[in-house]
Amino acid sequence: MQLPSEGLGPWGVAVALVGGAMRGSIPYMFVSLGECLTEKSGKINLGMEGVLLMGAMTAFAVSDLTGSPWLGVLAAAAAGLVLGAIHAWLTQQPAVNDVAAGIAMILFGSGLAFFFGKRFVAPMAPQLPLLQLGGWSHVPAVESALRISPLFFIGIVVSFLLHWLFTRTRWGLNIRAAGDDPQAARALGINVNAVRFLAITLGGALAAVGGAHLTLYFPGIWSEGISGGQGLMAVALVIFARWSPRRCLAAALLFGGAQALGPSLQSLGVNGYYHLFNASPYLLTMAVMIATCSPNRRLAGMPGALGKK
Amino acid sequence: MTRRELLAGLAAPALLPAASTNQPLTVGFIYNGPKNDLGYNQSHAEGKATLRRFPWVKAIDEASVPETVAAEESMRDMIFQDNASVIFATSFGHLDPFTIDVARENPSVQFFHCGGLYDEAKHPKNIGIYFGFIDEVEFLSGMLAGLSTRTGKLGFVAAKPIPQVLRNINSFTLGARSVNPRATTKVVFTGDWVLPVREAEASSSLVDQGIDVLTGHTGSPRVIVQTAERRGVFGCGYQFDQSSMAPHGFLTGAQWAWGTVYVRIAEMVRAGKSVTNGTIPRRLTGTLKDEFCKLSPYGPSVTEQSRSRIAAAKASILNGSLEIYRGPIRDNEGHTVVPAGRTLGITDVALDKMDWLVEGVDGRAHG
Repeated sequence: MQLPSEGLGPWGVAVALVGGAMRGSIPYMFVSLGECLTEKSGKINLGMEGVLLMGAMTAFAVSDLTGSPWLGVLAAAAAGLVLGAIHAWLTQQPAVNDVAAGIAMILFGSGLAFFFGKRFVAPMAPQLPLLQLGGWSHVPAVESALRISPLFFIGIVVSFLLHWLFTRTRWGLNIRAAGDDPQAARALGINVNAVRFLAITLGGALAAVGGAHLTLYFPGIWSEGISGGQGLMAVALVIFARWSPRRCLAAALLFGGAQALGPSLQSLGVNGYYHLFNASPYLLTMAVMIATCSPNRRLAGMPGALGKK
Repeated sequence: MTRRELLAGLAAPALLPAASTNQPLTVGFIYNGPKNDLGYNQSHAEGKATLRRFPWVKAIDEASVPETVAAEESMRDMIFQDNASVIFATSFGHLDPFTIDVARENPSVQFFHCGGLYDEAKHPKNIGIYFGFIDEVEFLSGMLAGLSTRTGKLGFVAAKPIPQVLRNINSFTLGARSVNPRATTKVVFTGDWVLPVREAEASSSLVDQGIDVLTGHTGSPRVIVQTAERRGVFGCGYQFDQSSMAPHGFLTGAQWAWGTVYVRIAEMVRAGKSVTNGTIPRRLTGTLKDEFCKLSPYGPSVTEQSRSRIAAAKASILNGSLEIYRGPIRDNEGHTVVPAGRTLGITDVALDKMDWLVEGVDGRAHG
């Protein structure tokens, strides 16, 4: 294939959507998988936005200080673990509402991230190594779109692993039992509180890894505006995916691609309605919510005890 | 008695000896975002830092002050707790109604707001406005982009189609086309000032369309410059020096030099002047010549030949022989916006209402 010096034209939108799906989906993927694990156990963690920011800041800081981006990812997971544990502990106190605690955790996580993030004035931290899968193409745009973060593949593996966990293992069964009917689970001798604590904590760790992607690859800087509400959207995405880890993966890819739609149409020369195209991930969220929510019926796949005492 | 009054009462005896001798001039700054954004907020924080040269100034600041009533609280804290007698509010939305309200309550304090729309009839007299005209620097930056591009396609990632942004897109493009008449600028609007992920997507899409010089106007175009570097194209900065984001492909950029303003105002206040009685101008603006803004340091790929052409153009701007809005200028819809034989100086108020994009820009000024 000859290099088109004129640019890709309409193909550019396709390349941007595919590339965007693979780089923009990663935060959605990890946060929604973390939230899926949390909600399967019957608890909601709205604080994922705070976890995402804390993960982003921690990954950037540790990568900058140690020079190792992978240590940054691990540190982000550890920070998510701590925030998840706090949320798990809080929501198991008597008369604590999951949603209220989650909103408090958004404020706590983002506040903490901004406070420590002030010290990191370095423009860039060492970035994660990328897998070059576009070597076969001579079109730089395709090569660039196929430069994929290893976190993308880790996310895919985690989603299948979670699916296997929920459907094929005793642990998964315990989590689902705690989420569907805690009374029955207790009667079976399952320590519901311990199961939920573990699920929420690990869910936090997963979500924080999504934050590491923001500061260690795309866009690759630490800024207080880095998450742009992706943590909250990913929580909505779990409903969209009807609590299935594999559907979470698909939904994340869809959102990542939708994010790239507005900018790529504009760079092609479609100059009108850019606010509308830019809003496509949000419109998608709303459409899905409207389509799937009804006061008369429960959502298929929704854990029975979700958000209840 | 409120807590604040109590604290002030406790602090007063401690302050008395200082007040009777040589009281420092306390100057407070509020920024809308973090001080390390490598963009607009950092340009003001750096301006504040230049006041360190005066031992008689005590400069305090607060970052991430939202454009809400929280801005009033931040300003009151600076006035009542830190004894600030001069406040700089640096973000557009800090002015109305927040700075105006606090200024009304504190007539002895002087307020300076960056880039606001001041109305003498409605607003208190102890507010002054300062701003810079950076078009000429964008023109020079665009010239270098025009000299460096191979495809003739330049990319501009912009936040919103407001006059200030359109001026920068237009002056950048005019500069590029002054040396490379076939050069075009493709604009992508993101919709807001700080959207790092969307800015990165936009930059990436532009490079996919064959663009080989990227710049932008957002709160901090650091992501745009960084994406340019990663994709192996050139990048031009804005707001602050972004050369650190692109060690290879950085060309130059238009950056603010607010220190000039802050030093000048501090000296005037110390000399007993005041914006309230008009001895400090109520509208203080400046250009490249006044050193309100400057070019960022050149990146390593800028040739000697290009440097000397930019230096020559800069000299012509400074001596007045090169004016960037010189007619005939047509917009990208074919209308004449500056007729032949007419020249708009960059401080001309007609430019403050700019709602067109110049010929050679691919983009739309209205939504």
